[in-house]
Amino acid sequence: MKQILAKNNDVEEIEMRQVYAQTLKQLFETNEKVIALDADLLFASGMRKNWALYPDRVIECGIAEANMFGVAAGLSKEGMIPFVHTFSSFASRRALDQLYMSCAYSQLNVKVLGSDPGISSALNGGTHAGNEDIGFLRPIPGITIVEPTDSTMFQWVLNEVVDKYGIFYIRMFRMKAVKIYEEGSSFELGKAVKLREGKDLTIITSGLQVAESLKAADSLAEEGISARVLDMFTIKPIDEDSIVQAAEETGAIVTAENHNIIGGLGSAVAEVLGEKCPTPLERIGINELFGEVGPVDYLRSRFELTQKDIVNKAKAVLARK
Amino acid sequence: MVSQERIKELELFSKEIRKKTLLEIATLGIGHVGGSMSIVEVIACLYGDALRVDPNNPSWEYRDRFILSKGHAGPAMYAALALRGFFPQDELLTLNKPGTSLPSHTDHNKTPGVDMTTGSLGQGISSAVGIALACKLKNLDNYTYCLVGDGECDEGQVWEALMFAANYNLDKFILFVDKNARQLDGFTDECISLGDLKGKIEEFGFDVVELQDGHDIASICNAINHAKSVKDKPSAIILNTVKAKGVPAASRVANNHNMVLSMADYEEACAYLDSQSA
Repeated sequence: MKQILAKNNDVEEIEMRQVYAQTLKQLFETNEKVIALDADLLFASGMRKNWALYPDRVIECGIAEANMFGVAAGLSKEGMIPFVHTFSSFASRRALDQLYMSCAYSQLNVKVLGSDPGISSALNGGTHAGNEDIGFLRPIPGITIVEPTDSTMFQWVLNEVVDKYGIFYIRMFRMKAVKIYEEGSSFELGKAVKLREGKDLTIITSGLQVAESLKAADSLAEEGISARVLDMFTIKPIDEDSIVQAAEETGAIVTAENHNIIGGLGSAVAEVLGEKCPTPLERIGINELFGEVGPVDYLRSRFELTQKDIVNKAKAVLARK
Repeated sequence: MVSQERIKELELFSKEIRKKTLLEIATLGIGHVGGSMSIVEVIACLYGDALRVDPNNPSWEYRDRFILSKGHAGPAMYAALALRGFFPQDELLTLNKPGTSLPSHTDHNKTPGVDMTTGSLGQGISSAVGIALACKLKNLDNYTYCLVGDGECDEGQVWEALMFAANYNLDKFILFVDKNARQLDGFTDECISLGDLKGKIEEFGFDVVELQDGHDIASICNAINHAKSVKDKPSAIILNTVKAKGVPAASRVANNHNMVLSMADYEEACAYLDSQSA
């Protein structure tokens, strides 16, 4: 695996959902077993054109998420490779028993795309915000949970999981990402990427919070604080070694996620630290609040997920060292 | 039309299935007697006649698939599978024992011949329509059968699956509804009444046949043959059945959905069944 870090962390041209649609189209052409499902969100996921081009490969299930997961289970049983998309809230709350029993407990092969996680639900608001999706899904035995950071990693993830058997939950936001990795980068599932070296503390982050964490690290650097930044894009199985190494080498951890502080990345890191290397930890995430409507920038401030909030937590954890 | 000889064979097969199912449950001491007994005849018609399967090759690609969506009736299916040779009959005595290959609810990872894991009601039918769709996309000429309970039809997901099957013209999907008129808490009409079930399923785009006697072998076989001939839409066969049919002990308990069954109760049932067909 090799990651080529982007020189400039600018907003990408391509939307993440376009990456999904383009990559699925390529997969349709190269792998006859790949089949995509959606519950009346083909327009939202960017897959509408693929539906017209490949009517036998894109299965519209209508607004019936529970049935959709069962259909995916059936398709998997017959040797197909289903990619199932719906909003992260519906994948993890509405159809949780179906994902759990029909797919995971049944040991089938299903890739789930949960979109609009956390603050990226924006104007759809709190009813549609998947703020706890990782929390609901993480305990499922055998599940792999991945949160791609940008278009390069997302495309890599989709291609990587096709040939891997099992239940995969890919937490995708649909809008444009901030570029973190140059094209040509490759990764390893279950291995964090060290975006910045540092010795005073480590910021462990994923998804939309990666860009914020890098800005926070820059800010801290200006004050003479050296922050390591780890992109923990695989939340399960989590990269325990990199967490322990960060704990031992830097002595303080801040986690930053676009998710409830309960059940997600912060909790997963806390579990490792508690058992392997107790270390002061502060968590950035949505804290005892439901989602609400607003543009992403507003929600980032509202839920204290900004780089300033990360900097403040960094200073707080340093004071506990 | 099914021959008289065939009907006799299937009636005998039904009796065997009923006895073996009760033996499984009595060996453990407790189980889902009611709902296992109501489906014995349709299971006999499937595994004794309609289903094209190979006990030596449970994953045979060209087989007909069968999904028991009311998975708690697994014991009846296990009896048929064992009698057909999918696994040794003495394994039936391990129902629900620790480490068993025969759990209370059907599991495709544990039992040869089981096509899908079910248990949480309303979900098996969705997997079944997914399997039927896959078979259609693969241009197989096999059939996918699924069996739901009437109580199970309270689950909204069942109706999602019906809409899906009709919309995708899954004309090789054949659904049985075990209408034994009861669910765990009592008569279905006391809990949530299904109303005109036949009319509802028809409105959802199915060809529907309702059998007044869901234990009549000839009717079941003829209904299956009719369903197989229906083109461009999926089919449903509603079976009016008796929960716990054939088990005298069931009349002595308030609720036969999941009941204690002793070896004495089993022997009593065997004697009763033998006296019926003498």
